[in-house]
Order: sequence, then structure tokens, then C-alpha cells
Amino acid sequence: MATHTGGLTAPRPAVRAAAVRTTRLVRSFGDRDVLKGIDLTLGQGEFTALLGRSGSGKSTLLRAVARLDHGVAGSGELHVPERVSLSFQDSRLLPWLRVLDNVVLGVRGRDAKERGAKALAEVGLEGRERSWPHELSGGEQQRAALARALVRDPELLLADEPFGALDALTRIRMHDLLRELYERHRPAVLLVTHDVDEAVELADRVLVLEDGRIAVDLAVDLPTPRSRRDPRFQEYRDTLLAALGVHQPDGSADPVHPDPQPADLPAPGGRPLKDKDPHDPQD
Amino acid sequence: MTDILPQVRTAEPAAKDRAQPFPTVRELRPATTATGTRRRLGPGKAVPFARLTGPVLVVLIWWAASATGYLDPRILSGPGAVASTAADLIKSGRLQSNVAVSLQRAGLGLLFGVLAGVLLAVAAGLSRVGEYLLDGTLQVKRAIPSLALLPLMILWLGIGEEMKVTLIALGVTVVVYINTYASLTGIDRRYVELGESLDLSRLQFIRKVVVPGALPGFFVGLRLAVTASWLGLVVVEQVNATKGLGYMMFQAQLYAQSDVIIVGLVVYGVFGFVSDALVRAAERRVLSWRRTLAD
Repeated sequence: MATHTGGLTAPRPAVRAAAVRTTRLVRSFGDRDVLKGIDLTLGQGEFTALLGRSGSGKSTLLRAVARLDHGVAGSGELHVPERVSLSFQDSRLLPWLRVLDNVVLGVRGRDAKERGAKALAEVGLEGRERSWPHELSGGEQQRAALARALVRDPELLLADEPFGALDALTRIRMHDLLRELYERHRPAVLLVTHDVDEAVELADRVLVLEDGRIAVDLAVDLPTPRSRRDPRFQEYRDTLLAALGVHQPDGSADPVHPDPQPADLPAPGGRPLKDKDPHDPQD
Repeated sequence: MTDILPQVRTAEPAAKDRAQPFPTVRELRPATTATGTRRRLGPGKAVPFARLTGPVLVVLIWWAASATGYLDPRILSGPGAVASTAADLIKSGRLQSNVAVSLQRAGLGLLFGVLAGVLLAVAAGLSRVGEYLLDGTLQVKRAIPSLALLPLMILWLGIGEEMKVTLIALGVTVVVYINTYASLTGIDRRYVELGESLDLSRLQFIRKVVVPGALPGFFVGLRLAVTASWLGLVVVEQVNATKGLGYMMFQAQLYAQSDVIIVGLVVYGVFGFVSDALVRAAERRVLSWRRTLAD
């Protein structure tokens, strides 16, 4: 594995100002440390995907960065921008508000409705302002949620498996939309996902969280739009799958099982990228 | 390799099935033939005003029973007699003035009771201090019937309108509180989290999340409250009242005018039905976003 990772962790582009910085971030539930001292810096306008098995602490990290973890014990420093948007796995539209009112919920200013309508148009929902959430399809609801995140002009967009509940076709279209919106607005993005392909396709940097620590920090240096058939894409994918503990017989792609099912697999034999990783805080 | 093995084993009987002669499959088909749509488990589409069927049927039975002489007019006057008594009462203005007084009492009691119930529910639902102070207290009040409070209320507030409105309001407060509070504390945690992630102010949170989220329970409470206000009326209007529907019926009892009593009962019934219908209509409008079994 280590032989072809050398080419993948290419030198990163010029260092950007930090949007998020965590220093020795610890979060514990009871006497179990879920985050064991995370040192992480996300640059402004950087698209980062966060992978990890279930229970690795990725949701805990996201909630910590979103500052939504009331009552969770922990320590460490956390710097986040002022305007942070969070999108959830479910669209979480309030069923009693029409779509536009959902989008502008909490937005201050007299032009809120105008901006909301613009954001809806951007996600392809113009004309649906007066619809009730239950009148939208699952994909449309998730688009409306994206508009709600966008209208606040975020410096940081946190997304917790936002496409997890969508069907495969809708997911492909949402990937394109998210990438397009990202190119246009350039917020820093932290996308939590369990889908390795999704991570490589969308993000410019992929983190693998393992047992409360960042085990892999990989820069994805591929031109966009990315094709999953690109052999380099496959290489990134295999590297990440290996880091997640999914070992394939010959290191080639396994198109039948795109999602790792790590829960019943043994722990990975080591952290293959650790010593090569320029971002590892312990280096 | 190991997980392919079981697949191979199960594939064998499946192949045998496929080898069965085709007619066997044909024979099975009629049993699965279906036309139209599936069995509907909800009650289906509502017919306008069909809700009146039950009450109209009751009146028809009453009318039939007295017309055939089955019902002794000394026990229960027929609908005709009651209608003519009602006409007399309206002509003399007695019915309208009594109804107006009763409506005012019930309306004021309802207004104050609903306001108090909602405020208490919000206070108890959104703050722990509120919950600790209010919830237990209101559960205790729930266990005390209004009738039992009557002597105390008369002692404190006299026998005037204040006592009557207060007593009605107390009954209303409790049912509105219980149902609104239950619905409010049942608001999905995820919506609270959404509000936090959108940095809603407390006021925005109450207006956009708490109030709409608690509305279904509030309307259940309101429908019970409307009934409670009419019931409270009966209790308070028999205490030193000089006007009101209950007073009118009480007087009729003294003079053995059973038809006047029945007019009063019918008016109670009509008002109860109409007010419930009004609340339902409001509920349908306000909760139009909901998809429920009744839709």
C-alpha cells in the first residue's frame, strides 16, 4: 500500500488562512474518550471530507465544531468562523413552515425573503417557495435544506451525511449540485460521510478518523469534475478503503461493495499513511 | 469465499422450482388477481356536514317517540312543544338576554383560561424552574373539581361575575395546559437542534418552533376547554345568578316547566356543537400542513 501512497500525498497548494482550528480537542461520554485530542486546521474555502467507521467519533467531531454538543465533557481549543451552516442527514425542514419560510428561518434583515428566493432558485427550486415540505420529494427537501444553509452565506458549511438518505440517482445529482455551489460560494466545507467514493469525488482533502484520532489526512489532487473510472480515483479510493480496514485481494477496485462495512471487520493492521502524512499533528 | 457457499446451496432448490411445469404457476394466478386499489385503512374522504347526521337522528327518534304517544309529555315534551316554547321565549326576549349573559361568561372564562393555560405550558415546557414550580401545582389543581372550589371562590370573590368567570377560567386553564404542555414537550429534539444550529433567538424559537409544534395538542385542549366552559357555566349559574341560561333552567325547574328546561338543554347542545365545529375549522386551517389519518 505504502508504495503508491507516496504519489498521492502530493504537496498541498499554498497554505490558506484557517477557517477552523482545533487544538487538543477532547470529547468524552462517561469515561470513554470519543475524541482523543484532535489537532485539525481547515483552510478557508477548503473542501474536506471526514471518513470513519461508525463509532469513530466523526459525528462527535462535527457536533463539536458546530458547537452543538451541550453537556458533553471535553477540553481543548476550538476556533470556528462566525457564520457556520449545518446540514443534517435528514433535511430537517419544519413541516409547519412553507419552503421559503424554512429557508429564511433565523435570517435577519429586510431582504431575507428575497435572498431566500434567490437561494432556492440556485438549488433549482424556483417556484416552490409556497410549497409545504411534505409536497417535495426527498431530493427536493435536501435541496431546500441546502438553500437554507446557503442563504446564510456561510464561511463554513458542516454537512453530516447529507446524502445518506437519498436514492442513488438523486445522490449523483446532489453531488454535482453541491460541488457547483461550492465552486461558486467557496465556503470551507466539512463533509462527514461513510461513502469513500463520495469523499474522493467531492473533497480536496480527506480525513479518516479512527478511534478518536485523525489517522489519515490525504490531499486529493485530481481535476474536477472527477470521474470514478479515472485510475487515480481508484488509487485514492483503495488507499482510503485500506485505511478504513477494508482489504481487497489485489488492491484493485471492488465495484460491488462501494461502501465499507467496517463494523464486523478486524482493526486495520496499522496506519499506512501515518508516517507519510504532512498534516499529522504528531509529526 | 465463505459467503458465496451458502448462495450456491440455496441456488439448487430454486433451480428445481423453475423446472416445475408452467401450469402450476398459472393455477396460482387467479388467487393473486387484484383490481382497483388496495384496501384503505383510513376512514376515507369526508362528506361536508355529514357530522350532523348523528344529532339529527336523535331528534328524529325523539320526534317519532312523542308523535306515536310512546313518550309521555309529562316526562319529556315533544320537539313541537319545545319549539313553540322556544319561539315564545324568543318573542319575549327572555332567551336572547339569558343566552347573551351566558355566552359572555363562557367567552370571558375561555379567553382568560386559554391565555393562562398557554402561558403556563410555555413557561413549564421551556424552563426547568417553570416545570418544577408549575407542573406539579397544575396536576394538583386538575385533581380538584371546580365544584369543590366554589365555596372558596364565593368567599374570596363574592357572588358576582368575577367569581363566575374565574371559576370557568380555572377549569379551562387546566385542560389547555395539560394538552399544550404534553404536545410542547413532545416536540422533536431534532427541531430544537435545528433551531440551535440556526442561532435562533429565544423569541424566534418560540414563534417558529415551539408554538407551531405545540398547536396540535393545543387544539385538543381547546376543544375540551370549550366544553369545560359550558360545564362550568351550569355550575356557576345556579349560584345566586339572576340571569343566564342556567338560571333560566333553574327557575323553570321551580315552576315545573319541563319544556323550558329542554329548550335550555337544546341551546347548550347547539352551542357545544357549533363551538366544537368552529374549533375544528380553525384547527383544519391552522394545521393544514399536517397529513393525518383523517385526511
